[in-house]
Order: sequence, then structure tokens, then C-alpha cells
Amino acid sequence: MTAANPHADGPAIEKELTVFLAGRTGSEPTPDQDLFTTGVITSMFALQLVVHLEDEYDIEIVGPELSMDHFRSVRTMTALVQRLTPAGRDA
Amino acid sequence: MSEAPALVKCLIWDLDNTLWRGTLLEDSDVALPDEIRRTITELDARGILQSVASKNDHDHAWQRLEALGIADYFVLPQIGWHPKSRSVAEIAEQMNFALSAIAFIDDQPAERAEVAYHHPQVRCYDAARAADLTGLPEFSPAVVTVDAARRRDMYRAGFRRTAERESFTGPDEEFLRSLDLVMEIKRADEADLSRVEELTLRTSQMNATGVYYSDADLRALIADPGHDVLTVTLTDRFGPHGAVGVLLLGYHEPVWHLKLLATSCRVVSFGAGSVLLNWLTDAAAGAGVHLAADFRQTDRNRMMEIAYRFAGFTGDACDCLDGLPDTGSDRTGIEFRHLVAGPRPAPTTMRIAAPVLGPAGARP
Repeated sequence: MTAANPHADGPAIEKELTVFLAGRTGSEPTPDQDLFTTGVITSMFALQLVVHLEDEYDIEIVGPELSMDHFRSVRTMTALVQRLTPAGRDA
Repeated sequence: MSEAPALVKCLIWDLDNTLWRGTLLEDSDVALPDEIRRTITELDARGILQSVASKNDHDHAWQRLEALGIADYFVLPQIGWHPKSRSVAEIAEQMNFALSAIAFIDDQPAERAEVAYHHPQVRCYDAARAADLTGLPEFSPAVVTVDAARRRDMYRAGFRRTAERESFTGPDEEFLRSLDLVMEIKRADEADLSRVEELTLRTSQMNATGVYYSDADLRALIADPGHDVLTVTLTDRFGPHGAVGVLLLGYHEPVWHLKLLATSCRVVSFGAGSVLLNWLTDAAAGAGVHLAADFRQTDRNRMMEIAYRFAGFTGDACDCLDGLPDTGSDRTGIEFRHLVAGPRPAPTTMRIAAPVLGPAGARP
């Protein structure tokens, strides 16, 4: 693919996720802020996070990839997206 | 004489047990009482707009409204899993109405409180009053024009209906704390059995295996010292939510076997499933055992898969799993989710009252 993928680079992903989370939680997280420190991780919120990443970045997150550590912060989610995005699309 | 209250311009309906009788996720044939249908058509004739704020699957709920022949009465329906305060704000904003012109009707005190907490100007009504609304002054405009009934079509023309499946607001810890939630976990007795059986039948989204346990199965398990059948109830400052969950636990020397975890969709937004897994993990850590949970993927329980994974359960092998009973065909499609349990902090949003777990002979 030759078209530039707006989701290919880390800063763009971080920015999109920060906006997404700010809209959902009412406050803007810093890239390394632990989203799950409060102990209120509802399964619904987790599901919505997973589905958002899958739809927005056209990836599948299954099995061991569903570890909470991958969803802990904007930074870790960005790394997950970059890892699961097929290399060909980034070119 | 006090002045007549300001007219309501838009009434926002909850669906389950408010607009229709029953809970759609549990019974697809929910019925619309005649008096509710009359209320809807009469308010519409008076030019009062109506909308929906419901925690449901959007397409499923909308299809039901269409089947009941009343979908056209509702503009800007908000059907999804986000807090209703956000649905109400969204409707008001898109209609360009002040919140003081909005009314909200719901059978759940906690939902009304959630809306009132964020939007004190919104007038909230208990579902029990639905049939009386047309008699209230705030729903009785002095003049009803012939155009009134066309009002919704005018508004609708300007709106794009947005499916709300994707939008969601994260858990509001502050609000949850204000509810004084108490989760009580207890060993089921004979009187609880019918409710347990019902929960295993009806919780398709939040059921880890989809396995149905009959009354006879459950009676046998209650009598077995190596098993526990646990029921979960939730209460808040408004009163009880009733039975909202069930756990089936088999005790083995190195591992506790969670054969079933099912929670009601009514308490999903309180994080009940995650709280239960957290509590169970802490209890297993205290007893020095691993946890093994049965999981069978269905097309509706992905939320449960994520709950297990986020709680730390994995599909990895462990020696402890070898000793668990393998009853052949009964376990078709069922996998283990395994966890080496460690201590967990208590939840910040609710108190838990629970018995000490363990096989009957080993309980303190």
C-alpha cells in the first residue's frame, strides 16, 4: 500500500487514544497514566476499549493479547496496536 | 395559587420494565401495556417529543420498538451501554432544549439518581407513574395545535440517528461510591435454587460457559461437601437489586475449579463481574490454591472472556489442571482459564460480605 496510514506512527495513535479516552472518561490521561489504578475496571469498559482498538486500527486482539497490561495506559495500547498492525500497511 | 410548572418538551423513556414489561435481553417477547401505548400516542398528539435512553443492544431494542409499531414516536433514541446522564444530555443538546424542559422516566431508582446527580434540572419519574403522566400539568399544554403531532417529524428531519453501540463513557467511580453498594455472597440454600437456575438460563452475555445447570444438578452440588453454589446479591442505598450472580465452585487440593460464573446484565455497569473475580482470586490466594475457570466461547460472551483475561487468567497449562475431572462429552468446547492466585486489594466502589471459602470439612 502506498497511501499514508494515519495510524502508522506512535504519536498519531497516542493522540487518537488520548482523545478517545478523554471523551469517555471526562479527563485527559497522560501517556503513561495507569488507567486501572482506581479498581473500577468494569468488564463493559474493558470490552469497549478492546472493540475501539480493533475497529479503529483494523486489528484483532485475542487470547493472550487480551492481557490487562496491554491496556494499562495510552503508551502500552499504542505499543500493542503497532505490534499487531501488519507491517505491509505501515509502509 | 402557585404557577403551573414549566411544560415538558421532551420525555425520555427507559425501555426494560418501564416502557415495556420485562427485560429484552432475557425475554425477546416483552409486551407493551395498553396504557403505555395510550400515553405515548397522547403525548405525541400534544406535541411533546419522546425519546429513549436504554441500556440495551441498539439493533435488538430498535427492532422490538418497530415490531411493537411505536418506533416512529421516538426521536434521537440513545440505546447503548453508556450512563443515562450522558444519553439525556445528548438528546437535550441535539434538540437544543434546556435540561429543565426534559423529563426522564425509569423503573430503576439508581438510574434516576444517576441522571439527577449529573442533571438536577431534569424531572425524573418512577415508571409506576407512566400511565398518569398525561394527567399532570407539566405534560398538559394549554393549547394543542394541529401541528403538534407533526412536531417530531420536523425535529427528526434535522437529526441523524446515531447508533450508540460504540460510544461509551467510562465508569464514574465517584457516582458508584455515592450509591453505597454492598455485594453479599452467600451459600445457596434450597430457596435460592430457582433463582440460580434462572440466572444460568438468562445470562447469555455474562455467562462463562453457557452451560445450563438444572434444579437437580444444583441440589446435588449443594449437598456435596466438595462443592459450593454461591449466590450474589447487590444492594444500594435505594434498596436491593436482588440476585445478580451465581458461582459454582469445586474444591480440589491444589486448585479451586470455577465451573460457572454468571452475572446479570443489570449490574454490568457496576463492574460486578470483575469485583467477583477479584474477590475470588484473593480468597484463593489466602487458601494457597490456584484457580481454574471453565470457559466456553460463545458469540455473545466476549465480555466474559475479557473479564477473565483482564483479571489475569490465561489459557496456559498447569499441573494443577491434570487432577480436575474430565467428564468427556459434557466438556465439549470448554477450556480452562488458569490463574496462580495472589492477594488482591478490596474494591473501592463497594463493600463485600462473603463467607470463608473451602471444602465443608476444612472451613473454620
